[in-house]
Amino acid sequence: MNNIPFLEDISVGDEIPPLTKSATTRQLVMYAGASGDFYEIHYDQEFATKQDLPGVIIHGALKSAFLGQLMTDWVGAEGNLKSLSVRYRDMDGPGDLLSCKGVVTSINKETATVSCDIWIERDDGRKTTTGEATVILPSKGSNS
Amino acid sequence: MNAAIGIYSEPEQALVERGAIERFAAAIGDENFSFPDIAPPTFLRSVGRAIPDIPNQESVPRVIDGGSDWSYGTVIRSGDVITYKSKIESMTEREGRMGPMLIIIYITDYINQNNEFVASQRNTLIRMPAV
Repeated sequence: MNNIPFLEDISVGDEIPPLTKSATTRQLVMYAGASGDFYEIHYDQEFATKQDLPGVIIHGALKSAFLGQLMTDWVGAEGNLKSLSVRYRDMDGPGDLLSCKGVVTSINKETATVSCDIWIERDDGRKTTTGEATVILPSKGSNS
Repeated sequence: MNAAIGIYSEPEQALVERGAIERFAAAIGDENFSFPDIAPPTFLRSVGRAIPDIPNQESVPRVIDGGSDWSYGTVIRSGDVITYKSKIESMTEREGRMGPMLIIIYITDYINQNNEFVASQRNTLIRMPAV
């Protein structure tokens, strides 16, 4: 990653480079196995429809993982993710195109902390997942 | 797990295995160069139980994950031994479109083998009536 953000270069309103994700049912099975969340609504179509769902749905925590990646991709190895808050507003399914986005909302130069609004926008334009994140960014002066 | 509100469960431990980080990273589709030496931010969802015991649970309720608030300290490295404990912060009943809902907020704290704060997760679960 060449474009590591430094504290001095960041302004309120800056957009975080977006990340596009889409999950297959296979990926949901992989996530069920990796996370230990085997709730059937995430991979068993018949079970999901009996639960009044349109079909299998993506684990909310997988969408949190997508937003976590949005932040760690952005800050790179020199930055640190300090908090990640995510709320699931709507359900997403396999094949939905999910754009993970974020914008800088405040900067504390003394603590080198940058706060951001983050969200997932589905291809129909709906924000299905929203949240906030804070990161600590390196300073040019610290040469770390 | 203790069902009483505000009381922490007995601490439990989990070893962070390299292979577990690799499988988690593959499952979320994240190819960060620091894996599997370091775990992704939400890796702790795989440590311990995703959903704690809920008091007076019916046989087949529907449980919806409402979201999580994570705060982070030291990064998680492969080989770490994580000690974690959970407590229910609150349980609130609310009348929903499909009947009574129970909103359960619980907190899990995680530390590593050096007693360093690793993370805290505040998770909201919504229990809906069974279909």
